[in-house]
Amino acid sequence: MLSRIFTTPRALGAAQAAIAAASAILLILLARTRKIRLIKETLVALLRGCLQVVAVGSVVLLLLEQPMWTAIIVLMTMIGAATTIGARRSKDIPGAFWVTLQGIALGAGSFIVVMTLIGVIEWEMSSLVPVGSMLIANAMNTVALSLDRFGSDVKAHVGEIEAALALGAEPKETVRPYVQAATEAGLIPRLNSLRSLGIVWIPGLMAGMILAGDDPVYAAIYQFVVIAMIFAASGLTTIVSMLLVRSRIFSPAMQLLLRSREGEQE
Amino acid sequence: MQERDVPFLETKHLSWKTNGVTIIKDISVRIEQESIVAIIGPSGAGKSSFLRLLNRLSEPTAGQVCFQGRDYRELSPRTLRQRLGMVMQLPHLFPGTVTYNLRFGPRQFGKELSSADIQKLLAEVGLKDYANRDVSSLSVGEAQRVSLARTLANSPHGLLLDEPTSALDEDTEREVEALICRIIAEERLTCLIVTHDTAQARRMADHAIRIVDGAKADFGPIEEVLDAK
Repeated sequence: MLSRIFTTPRALGAAQAAIAAASAILLILLARTRKIRLIKETLVALLRGCLQVVAVGSVVLLLLEQPMWTAIIVLMTMIGAATTIGARRSKDIPGAFWVTLQGIALGAGSFIVVMTLIGVIEWEMSSLVPVGSMLIANAMNTVALSLDRFGSDVKAHVGEIEAALALGAEPKETVRPYVQAATEAGLIPRLNSLRSLGIVWIPGLMAGMILAGDDPVYAAIYQFVVIAMIFAASGLTTIVSMLLVRSRIFSPAMQLLLRSREGEQE
Repeated sequence: MQERDVPFLETKHLSWKTNGVTIIKDISVRIEQESIVAIIGPSGAGKSSFLRLLNRLSEPTAGQVCFQGRDYRELSPRTLRQRLGMVMQLPHLFPGTVTYNLRFGPRQFGKELSSADIQKLLAEVGLKDYANRDVSSLSVGEAQRVSLARTLANSPHGLLLDEPTSALDEDTEREVEALICRIIAEERLTCLIVTHDTAQARRMADHAIRIVDGAKADFGPIEEVLDAK
């Protein structure tokens, strides 16, 4: 119906966005009758989301006309931004920023390079930047989850860790169970994505490809390729980060540096 | 064995500061071989912090610690900790069996304890048939005994005990205390024990350091320190 009124893609898109936003506002107004007050937050989120995504669309439009080396700069900038955001939750972990940076760069970054060289990711702006950004964003979330879990586990087990140190254990040996648990914790959401693919959700990339007129079977296969790559890149990122963070929480004299305030000694 | 005139442990102007607060202030003491020294003082005085500095779980910010005549920074922290075993206030056993816990320390140095070694250690702490017990099924008193055996498994030259009986009920406290005294005597170990209980200090130690507000307030034979109040 809308396509009859709005004939250009951008006008149609704006109309669709307005109706989708109006439905979200309607929902919030309905929620208000149940004393759930989220109007201000919803309006801000809708406006912010709309502006952000239009801005990204405009940037992508500009990028598509640029030479390929700009894609590398864009991906490196994304790694920098992902590091800043990903490390924010783990401020109390010494060197969290560098651990996250090296994790994402060596994990997701090297994975993007290898996949591009092999040809799984096409050496085209329209493929490299969006797929690369998905791998980086998911690696960021995974490493943030893993570091958060690792930090909490270490702080909750200071006694066991110091008991092991007091018996002459190597620092990395004392935190081994917490490294394993944190790696798994970071990867569980990615594993669930892989497991529920196509059953619980039809991901955006596949939906977008179908909407754009691609063969649904190819769209489905490519979506699987991307989700599998996300899992592998995130896994590599979290493994690298966890290997690096082990040594960061100990001093050169093998003393535990990461402890909660309440854990301070008498 | 080392010469008698070399102290087992000596601190020289030892200080420790953390988060801008000085916790340990300029403590100098000389701990002789085979002596049993109680570290006493009010709660929050810095007794446990002082003990942690001795096996380098915390890093001194000033001063020196000499272990058997050598600055302990010349030793790797792992070797120092192996030789100067520590038993903490809570047992902090590792998940698994009692045997796993006893083997943990020696394994860090490439040594595997035999079943006979395990049995000997467990007999020493009065837990003969506990080798295959899961640590989650132990009482606090039993867990503290396992913790002591785990430390002894490393064949330390000395023991640092951080209020090892404070989490136990009165009867178990006296049992574990008697056990520690027997082992120290049999193994001829030098021992420093943090305690808030002066009666326990009197029963166990021959010397005492009183720490008040992070500084050494008194040091000498136990009776002199306890009666000096």
